[in-house]
Amino acid sequence: MIELTHLTKRFGDNVVLNDICTTFPEQETTVILGPSGSGKSTLLRSLNLLEHPEEGQYQIDDLQVNFAEPISSQTTFAVRQKTEMVFQGFNLFPHMTVLKNLIEGPVHVLKKPKADAMAEASTLLKHVGLADKADAYPSQLSGGQAQRVAIARSLAMHPHYILLDEPTSALDPELELEVLKVLLTIHEQQQSMVIVTHNMSFAKRVANKILFIENGDVQYDGSAAGFFASENPRIKRFIDSMSFTI
Amino acid sequence: MWKIITDAIPQLLVAGLKFTLPMAIISFVIGMVIALAVALTRISTKRGAFNLLRWLASAYVWLFRSTPLLVQLFIVYFGLPHLIIPGVFPEGIKLDPFMAGIITFSLNTGAYCAETVRASLLSVPQGQWEAAYAIGMRRGMVLRRIIIPQALRTALPPLSNSFIGLVKDTSLAVSITIVEMFEVSQQIAATNYQPLLMYTLVALLYAVFCTVLSWLQSWLERKFSAYTSVEGGMIS
Repeated sequence: MIELTHLTKRFGDNVVLNDICTTFPEQETTVILGPSGSGKSTLLRSLNLLEHPEEGQYQIDDLQVNFAEPISSQTTFAVRQKTEMVFQGFNLFPHMTVLKNLIEGPVHVLKKPKADAMAEASTLLKHVGLADKADAYPSQLSGGQAQRVAIARSLAMHPHYILLDEPTSALDPELELEVLKVLLTIHEQQQSMVIVTHNMSFAKRVANKILFIENGDVQYDGSAAGFFASENPRIKRFIDSMSFTI
Repeated sequence: MWKIITDAIPQLLVAGLKFTLPMAIISFVIGMVIALAVALTRISTKRGAFNLLRWLASAYVWLFRSTPLLVQLFIVYFGLPHLIIPGVFPEGIKLDPFMAGIITFSLNTGAYCAETVRASLLSVPQGQWEAAYAIGMRRGMVLRRIIIPQALRTALPPLSNSFIGLVKDTSLAVSITIVEMFEVSQQIAATNYQPLLMYTLVALLYAVFCTVLSWLQSWLERKFSAYTSVEGGMIS
């Protein structure tokens, strides 16, 4: 379970996250929605400590992070073991083959035996439909393939939560679909996920919970069904603007 | 004339292989260690004592890039013996010529390469740091396993430039009494009165050394570029 209380993040005078209090239930998929610049990526990146809000408490399982105080490297390390990040730009390691990308963390961070890590990596590649790409370099992959490798790379670390930051925003609709299908199977296996996305139909399909953020404020925090049936004019306008209904 | 050349070449080659190349290689290796340390210091964002370290690193780069190498050699070899500090160096710092050469060339090439290394480390996209941090790596491991291997690819051509430059700059060591390749050519010219022939010959030998090094560079570039789809060169 992830719980955030009174999380506030500023960039200079600009308040990006304003007193956020929410939870991300385990074994469920939480989707964060909101217009560009609303702070949703910053919120997600805070969960991996890639951003450090100035104030607030962050609890993940038995770990407690107080953002008002300096965060020790042990805490950072422990939080990052529990969470994995999937980025909009994939961020695969270009100097390593796909297989090496997958075993890099397990072997060098988790100190797993190489043979075990390789066997698991092969299984994961099969799982995302890329068994034949083990020896390819990232530059030889399509965007959809690269993102599926990135998802497999995050799964290889057995994180409690996978955090996905607009995982399909850089992809065309066909490639986007490949990635979403993979995410759907992971969702069905009850992997805890937090996804920032602009794809409303996908959000509708997978979200157990929706968090709608605008200008750093939580505008909606609740069930997906409740969100899509909301009478709130701002939410209705947002949903309408995401589907082409002119 | 042919006899003069065949007599001279072995002597020049021996000097080249005994002094010129070892001096260049040892200085470059030490210079690279300095360069990496300086570059890492300069890109670090730590505060406190690191502010002073960063300032020292910048001052070092500034000093060695803004003074002539020949003058640096003179200061280290002829100047330091006069640096008498009671208790620490009561008789000044006396170095044998080869040592003085290595120290000066290392510091000089280190200053230039520090800038190359710094730029190439910064050229690796921020996302690579983030992805590596996200899988739980610590800073040292990120640098060693993710950032430096990628930066090396970018740094290779300019670093090769520095190395080739250094091989030729070792000829300045003639001024601090090292019997390297150029000094030997001067000695031979003084006895056979063939300065044009001897200096052309030694120039050619430098060119041979540097050509071999350029080949080595191309080979390394090909090896490192295995992972990029566009094999060097621009998109046309």
